[in-house]
Amino acid sequence: MLRFTVRRMLQAIPTLFILSILIFAWLRSLPGGPATALLGDKATPEKIEALNHVMGLDRPLWEQYLGFLGRMATGDFGNSLISADPVLAEIGRCFPATIELSIVALLIAVGAGIPLGYLAARYRGGVLDNLTVGVSLIGVAVPVFFTGLMLKYVFAIQLGWLPPSGRLDPQIDATHITGFAVLDGLLTGEYDAAWDATLHLILPAVALSSIPMAAIVRITRAAVLDVLNEDYVRTANAKGLDARTVRGRHVLRNAMLPVSTTVGLQIGLLLAGAVLTEKVFNWGGIGSLIAQGIERHDYPRLQALILLAALVYVVMNLLVDISYAIIDPRVRVR
Amino acid sequence: MALLDVTDLSVVFRRRGEEPFTAVDKVSFSVEPGQTVGLVGESGCGKSVTSLAIMGLLPKRGNQVTGSVRYEGTELLSLSPDQMRARRGKDLGMVFQDPLSSLNPVIPIGIQVTEVLEKHRGMPRRKAMIEAEDLLNRVGIPDPRRRLTEYPHQLSGGMRQRALIAIALACRPRVLIADEPTTALDVTIQAQILALLKELVTDTGTALIMITHDLGVVAGLCDQVNVLYGGRVVERAGRHELFELPRHPYTHGLLASIPRLDLEGDRLVPIPGSVADNIPWDGGCAFAPRCANQIADCTARTPELTGDQQRLLLCHNPMEVAVR
Repeated sequence: MLRFTVRRMLQAIPTLFILSILIFAWLRSLPGGPATALLGDKATPEKIEALNHVMGLDRPLWEQYLGFLGRMATGDFGNSLISADPVLAEIGRCFPATIELSIVALLIAVGAGIPLGYLAARYRGGVLDNLTVGVSLIGVAVPVFFTGLMLKYVFAIQLGWLPPSGRLDPQIDATHITGFAVLDGLLTGEYDAAWDATLHLILPAVALSSIPMAAIVRITRAAVLDVLNEDYVRTANAKGLDARTVRGRHVLRNAMLPVSTTVGLQIGLLLAGAVLTEKVFNWGGIGSLIAQGIERHDYPRLQALILLAALVYVVMNLLVDISYAIIDPRVRVR
Repeated sequence: MALLDVTDLSVVFRRRGEEPFTAVDKVSFSVEPGQTVGLVGESGCGKSVTSLAIMGLLPKRGNQVTGSVRYEGTELLSLSPDQMRARRGKDLGMVFQDPLSSLNPVIPIGIQVTEVLEKHRGMPRRKAMIEAEDLLNRVGIPDPRRRLTEYPHQLSGGMRQRALIAIALACRPRVLIADEPTTALDVTIQAQILALLKELVTDTGTALIMITHDLGVVAGLCDQVNVLYGGRVVERAGRHELFELPRHPYTHGLLASIPRLDLEGDRLVPIPGSVADNIPWDGGCAFAPRCANQIADCTARTPELTGDQQRLLLCHNPMEVAVR
């Protein structure tokens, strides 16, 4: 198992390397550039050229790339062209917010999606099944920002039950340790801050969870229905096992295989959704960093953020593979 | 009173938007302790559905099961699902056709054996493991302790079928239903599995219902044979009587289609045609379209079962000569 994990991790290195080349080339192939973005539309070509020279953007692409690679090896991703802060410091400031939101959204999606999908399959053709399938179709079809806006309108503005935006009430003076608002509150014993942060989390997390949850519900339902028709489930029934044992031990575990794949894929999409959700709820995560970075052609910031997203994706895929090996002995390397 | 008494068992599939389809049509037979009864017929004749109906394993939805299945006088068809669960695996065991797909791929063999012991014999896991080791040993699996921790994909086909047999016999059921247990196996392994089944049945006095399309299996194992066609028993006889003088043209055809090396001529004699999707037993014999011995009556009125419990026949114009 350890060898399997290590081997998969080593396989991720060439993936990230190739990706770094692609990102580098892709960003520089976009029309316009940081100089144009910084100086505005009315800048003269001479001024743009001068600024490009200062930033080293007039040198050959391969030379720029090697420089980037060399600095990256020492942990230096450069400074943001917008804020002039080191990119890693910016990310360190904003990333916990995104992670917190994504993790909670994922927990909601998995925690509600798998049981709902399972129940839909078990009572196939019933009211719950039709309702779940119908609602999950809407969940997949409606964009996250719209779901977010609707939730905000109903629960924050009309009903006033939950805060409409932000991560924490500005009146609360919370201590920051990890950057995860809820966790910080719990660690420092500032329970009012933890509670307030939780309330702030609910709406964006629910909005963000809508798409992965819909996918998980549907795949769980399909997988359970599939497994119910398997011969080994018939064998389990022929043994006279309790219905509960048959479901828990024989059906669910096998059905989890396709579900774990879906969860892994959804985590990648979750990051994209987080950017939009953060915008709607003014969440201050990496979403605003990315949006701003794209508008202003902030190469260093975008390179670091995209590589980071890729790294998250690769790690998630690795976790999915490991979960596969845990669930299914046939996958394990002998 | 027989150990297991099946009387007028019928199974009708009712699917929305389709004509009801009678898969099993008033099938009756009984099994005594230690006896091996064969249900023989080609694919689609209703033999597997019969076994699933006896075990109560047919899906509730879309299937109508009527008639009577009595185990030691208890009517199984009127038991609640939970009562039936308490019987399955304990009083009635079943071995399935494809040992790979019939074992759960993600659970160690040991758990798959012990869970049935835990459920029906109330054994704690540790004790059940010891019993399971003994069971695997009895069905001829070498190094059983190691096998208990392995997964189905790590076992060979024959070994898997032995494991399935061990599971089915774990609680010493008095009736064992084997649904084509050798079909998915190599010929050499087939013989081993059949010998194992025969030995276990003889040792324990278990009644065995053997479902097969293979007359070789029948010849080697069964005391009594029921030949099924179109969901009905068309002929019943003791093994020797059946092979000596098959009366029903279908049985006759089955025996005649076995390749033989000791006779002149090298052509196989197949039964023409195949089982129709929906077989009309009303207003004639379902086998008539394929029957070489057909007379006018065959398409005019439905044949009735004739004979006694030992030898039954459903035919207007039975064969009078042995297969050459």
